[in-house]
Amino acid sequence: MRKLKELVIERGLLLSALITIAVTVGIVLVLSIEAINFFSEVSIIDFITDPEWTPLFSDKHFGILPLLSGTLLTSFIAIAFAVPVGLSISIYLSEYAPKSFRRTIKPLLELLAAVPTVVYGFFALMVVTPFLQSFIPGMSSFNSLSAGLVMGIMIIPYISSLSEDALHAVPNSLREAAYGMGSTRLQNSFKVMVPAASSGIIVSIILAISRAIGETMIVAIAAGQQPRLTFDPTVPVETITAYIVQVSLGDVQHDSLEYKTIFAAGITLFVFTFLLNTISYRIRKKFQEKYE
Amino acid sequence: MSKDKKESVIESSIKRKYKLQANDVKVWYDDFMAIKGISMDIKPNKVTAFIGPSGCGKSTFLRLFNRMNDYVDGFKMEGEINIDGSNINDKDINVELLRKQVGMVFQKPNPFPKSIFENVAYGLKIQGLKDKAFLEERVESSLKQVALWDEVKDDLNKSALALSGGQQQRLCIARTLAVEPSIILMDEPTSALDPISTAKIEELIYKLKDKYTIVIVTHNMQQASRISDNTAFFYLGELIEYDKTNKIFTNPEKEQTENYITGRFG
Repeated sequence: MRKLKELVIERGLLLSALITIAVTVGIVLVLSIEAINFFSEVSIIDFITDPEWTPLFSDKHFGILPLLSGTLLTSFIAIAFAVPVGLSISIYLSEYAPKSFRRTIKPLLELLAAVPTVVYGFFALMVVTPFLQSFIPGMSSFNSLSAGLVMGIMIIPYISSLSEDALHAVPNSLREAAYGMGSTRLQNSFKVMVPAASSGIIVSIILAISRAIGETMIVAIAAGQQPRLTFDPTVPVETITAYIVQVSLGDVQHDSLEYKTIFAAGITLFVFTFLLNTISYRIRKKFQEKYE
Repeated sequence: MSKDKKESVIESSIKRKYKLQANDVKVWYDDFMAIKGISMDIKPNKVTAFIGPSGCGKSTFLRLFNRMNDYVDGFKMEGEINIDGSNINDKDINVELLRKQVGMVFQKPNPFPKSIFENVAYGLKIQGLKDKAFLEERVESSLKQVALWDEVKDDLNKSALALSGGQQQRLCIARTLAVEPSIILMDEPTSALDPISTAKIEELIYKLKDKYTIVIVTHNMQQASRISDNTAFFYLGELIEYDKTNKIFTNPEKEQTENYITGRFG
């Protein structure tokens, strides 16, 4: 009787693991099959090199570059904002702040990640954009700067929290060595702690990039929906994710070529985030070996 | 010579006679009183050993001399610690400079995850010294002082973490010597090492006392008797007995000391 119970539990656990894997495999399969269908009609060379993306117009172009540039531009702005801010926070919390302050502020920061992204989107559109427009005349109401900055705010806790964990995990003996040699707090932080925690910090940044690339709601609301190959942060752009939302919610006919574009766009996105996750996994594995 | 001047000369010669002085030092961690009023004088160019059972306050007391307790939560102290006659807890004392003068070697070898060269050059580099020839020369002489040079001279760019525990600890001592301190504090420097590495470090300590004042905390009583000139026995936050090592180990004044060194408790 006992053995049967053990067996049922064991199989149950195995089943839930298998379901997760099956769903992942299913997603990849659907993405790939639909993308292959798409590429049988549109040449992959055009897809990569054509500077225009107009699948919904009568003059159809299927170049992913405008969407990719939109995604990279907004992500770059977000990262450029979030990395210095997030790292400063993590160094402050780990090396300067009193323990009690750290214990209060860290969960509060993590709340930033819990705000629904639709709220961030409207915050970007209604607050940040008008604010920026007062400095930058001629800035469009939809633009990548505002969306990127707000996305940066959203990913700050990914960087600050994970980097702080990495810094905190550096053995205290190294901190003592640094101070014992006469380091100031600043020298301890930047010459000893940050290099010692570098792999964890890099992983946190990669995860944040991955999160920024996949972010949908903020950019769909605040960055506009005009695919445009540009690096000008003041004009409307469209990201890969925003395009997928636009088509999924629109009245495009299923099974049409227009509909299949979202799978091609989706697989491009998937390739990017998959690569980033693989890199971060590798770094994390190396990191674990070093400390064990 | 006026009377005042004469007195101050005498006073400063007394101060010079003692490298380190503690005057009625009391330490608390929150409400717990870890050091209950200790006064002691430590002579230059001698090895002074602190012995006593775990939790007796000897490590806490050692760390007062380079103010390593400053960052400990709930730490509070009263009394005076003087080095060469000046109070190291004065407001205008630069704690970073103090720690360059008072080096420290820790219980567990703690090299930085950097190359061997970078470890030894660290203290000089954070002082802003960049001259390559000077750094190379100082790294070499420091590694020679700890008898590590011949073992690592071809691997200076390798990670310090690849060295054995004993080599790492000698590297940490070399790192401390590179900034030319006058005092070296050692907090159980051999407790994580094997007997051969321990013997090498002990030999090194014996040699170093010509140039440095060394204070060493140890749990190993044979070690204290082998390498130290003076020994202080601590118990429950108090200094029970402090005398020549020979005297402490052969004919202690206090019964508690005798009980401890003969292994009746602790």
